[in-house]
Amino acid sequence: MNDFNLENVNSMYIDVLREIGNIGAGNAATSLATMLNTKVDMMVPRVELLGFNEIDEVMGGAEQVMAGIYLLVRGDITGSIMFLLEQESAQALVKKLMGNYGQESTGEMNEMERSTLKEIGNIITASYLNSLSAMTNMKIIASIPDLTIDMAGAILSVPAIEFGMLGDKLLMIQTTFTDEKELHGYFLLVPDLPSYEKLLRALGVITD
Amino acid sequence: MAVLIKVGMADLKLCPKGQGITTLGLGSCVGVALRDTLTKDGGLAHIMLPDSKAISSNQNIMKFADTGVKELVRLMEAKGAKRTRMTAKIAGGAMMFAFQNNSSLMNVGTRNVEAVKKILKEMKIPILAEDTGKNFGRTVEFFPESGEYIIKSVGKPIRSI
Repeated sequence: MNDFNLENVNSMYIDVLREIGNIGAGNAATSLATMLNTKVDMMVPRVELLGFNEIDEVMGGAEQVMAGIYLLVRGDITGSIMFLLEQESAQALVKKLMGNYGQESTGEMNEMERSTLKEIGNIITASYLNSLSAMTNMKIIASIPDLTIDMAGAILSVPAIEFGMLGDKLLMIQTTFTDEKELHGYFLLVPDLPSYEKLLRALGVITD
Repeated sequence: MAVLIKVGMADLKLCPKGQGITTLGLGSCVGVALRDTLTKDGGLAHIMLPDSKAISSNQNIMKFADTGVKELVRLMEAKGAKRTRMTAKIAGGAMMFAFQNNSSLMNVGTRNVEAVKKILKEMKIPILAEDTGKNFGRTVEFFPESGEYIIKSVGKPIRSI
């Protein structure tokens, strides 16, 4: 009865997963704040079990243009982690880090800017995963990051398809963060289904 | 412009007479638009995965290319359309991230497109036009009255196929 599946996600599991998001994203937000030398606020994470038809509704609609930095997670758990920024936020962030190097660019980002954004994603998702690894005593490795700037629906279809092989819902741990000004983004930890069980086991929530 | 009927992910719908139907932010998924060229009836399916037989959890027939296209045809025929008069236009099947190539997703976009083409061929429904593959998302709008299939992508001109 302890086998984890999308039908038996109870409130205790949700609470624990939310805490995972809280600690992980908390660390990530701290490294982002250090990198930018600014204050970064973080909302209480949301653990959401979404039907595929509801995916449209998260993050300001399916057509909201976002920069998505996506890393595959391997090791004791598998799945993916994504760092999503609204396009304007992504541009502002890159500009802030690159200083005057960044051209006054509108629209499409150049290779240097894209690379910077990937590296930002790399650093902060690593701090997310490191804290998760320390908490659970599991080996968690991230792939190299890839970046795409596109509609939120198209970006989110990637983890959704992975879940589509197992059911009709997507379970994700979502954390929103903001700074005083232009920054607005999300962390999305999307372990695959067996990995949820491993996480909950490692934390002693599922026992047998 | 009138409000468009919205089709979600792993969903399909018929388009009411004289109206338009849309699905937002297609990534690796494929939007299959079918139309009866005589009655001008049409419908749109948002296909997520290629093959219902490859997966044990396959209750949602709208999710897969093989079962989803068949279901859309069945619904259209129930409304009086004829399969022999149907034509198709397809869009989507992108590879949103480069390493989808070597993950468990194994280029699911390309496989979705291939699976859609295979089932349409089996059902003898010709594909009039397609805008598939590459690495960007697509929002599609389909107007069965004219047969127009409009595709919008970020930073690209609007296309009509």
